[in-house]
Amino acid sequence: MSRKVALMDYGAGNLLNVRHALEHLGADVELVNRPEQICAAKRLVLPGVGAFAKAIQQLEQRQMVTPLQEFAASGRPFLGICLGMQLMLDESDEFGTTAGLGIISGRVEAIPPTSTDGEPLNVPHVGWSAIYPSTDATWSGTPLETTSPGEDFYFVHSLVARPQQRSAIVAECCYGGHRLTAAIASGNCFGCQFHPEKSAAAGLKIIEHFLQMERTE
Amino acid sequence: MTNIRLIPRLDIKGRHLIKGVHLEGLRKLGDPHQFAKRYYQQGADELLYMDAVASLYGRNSLTEIVRQTVRDIFIPITVGGGIRSAADAREILLSGADKVAINTAAILHPPLIEEIARHFGSQCMVLSIEAKRVADDRWEAYIDNGREKTGRDVVAWAQEAAARGAGEILLTSIDREGTRRGFDLELIRAVTQSVRIPVIASGGMGRVDHLAEAVRTGGASAVAMADILHYGRTTLPEIRESTAQLQIPTRKVAA
Repeated sequence: MSRKVALMDYGAGNLLNVRHALEHLGADVELVNRPEQICAAKRLVLPGVGAFAKAIQQLEQRQMVTPLQEFAASGRPFLGICLGMQLMLDESDEFGTTAGLGIISGRVEAIPPTSTDGEPLNVPHVGWSAIYPSTDATWSGTPLETTSPGEDFYFVHSLVARPQQRSAIVAECCYGGHRLTAAIASGNCFGCQFHPEKSAAAGLKIIEHFLQMERTE
Repeated sequence: MTNIRLIPRLDIKGRHLIKGVHLEGLRKLGDPHQFAKRYYQQGADELLYMDAVASLYGRNSLTEIVRQTVRDIFIPITVGGGIRSAADAREILLSGADKVAINTAAILHPPLIEEIARHFGSQCMVLSIEAKRVADDRWEAYIDNGREKTGRDVVAWAQEAAARGAGEILLTSIDREGTRRGFDLELIRAVTQSVRIPVIASGGMGRVDHLAEAVRTGGASAVAMADILHYGRTTLPEIRESTAQLQIPTRKVAA
């Protein structure tokens, strides 16, 4: 089975670490930054840390927005990590409203500044948090296939994805009493807010499952 | 309560892992990568690399060690020592580190905190404070690995740094460092009560109940530990077992 994976190279801060994790798992990584490379990709990883607007600008400069949308619609496996996951949504509130890739409908909003008890909440949410399936979500057939509910992953984020369809949320974590989206999915597109490349064995397992995913029609 | 992070601290000189007492009298312990790898496999939540002599020589020699580390260690890495500018921070981050810890350069030029937070995000700007007790309820910040006093009050400095955009504080007690006598709980408490960013307690852990005190009494979000691990006096799985018994939440690590 082919372990080929295209890794979007657009200046994202976690590119190197995502690449190391993929290569550690024996993947054949190709860094891509041209539209035709995306057309030819078998599966694709969109990394990302930092600001939403700047990331979209970087993708636009490389004329990658349409190719990424077409890739997502093609049924080939697509993994977005952290900001890369947030970019899959329609728009983000970070420093004014910015349009995203619109692969999964919904918005990216700030984490509430207070806990559900009304206490001030530290933002960004940084550290290891347990993830659980959201209501009705099943992890089978997703990269979370062998993840146990309650396993901890490493998060660093100030904003949170709010997909329009509740069914697009596959995993959540709890922070300050709020349920925050930890992973989203639609068809063969999967996004995680946490950093699998920094989440030790639990994270590598998710990337491994992604590498085993094949195109669906 | 969020998971308390267990962070092995590796002080480096040249290519060697070292350990001292009160940040002095440094002794070589071996290849840092071997230690780092063992701690990763045993379930460390993050790793902290500190270049022990960098500010003395005005350079950080950790980029090579970091490059090697991130190839097979998949947890967050913080690197400190000798980072003088946003350009230095960029180089360390590009080599694969997730955060930089800055002491001397931030004291000498506090706007550096804002600059790094703005360029790379607050989450990767860790303010490192080396604190020495000067009165019952007062601590002074030191620089150059505990060698030079600055006249700055630790609590006031922590507040200023948080306001400038530091995302986290690594708080090392020079008095307790390497002594195994437990953390300076009053110091930790004084800082955690005056800022709303996470504080990593460092310096003095000799037993697991010291960790519990740093969390319960001190209010620390994370604990850095060095010689208790380096000399094999305990292991991370043993620490996790004890924290579970003490009902301190930590990340669940599959056996």
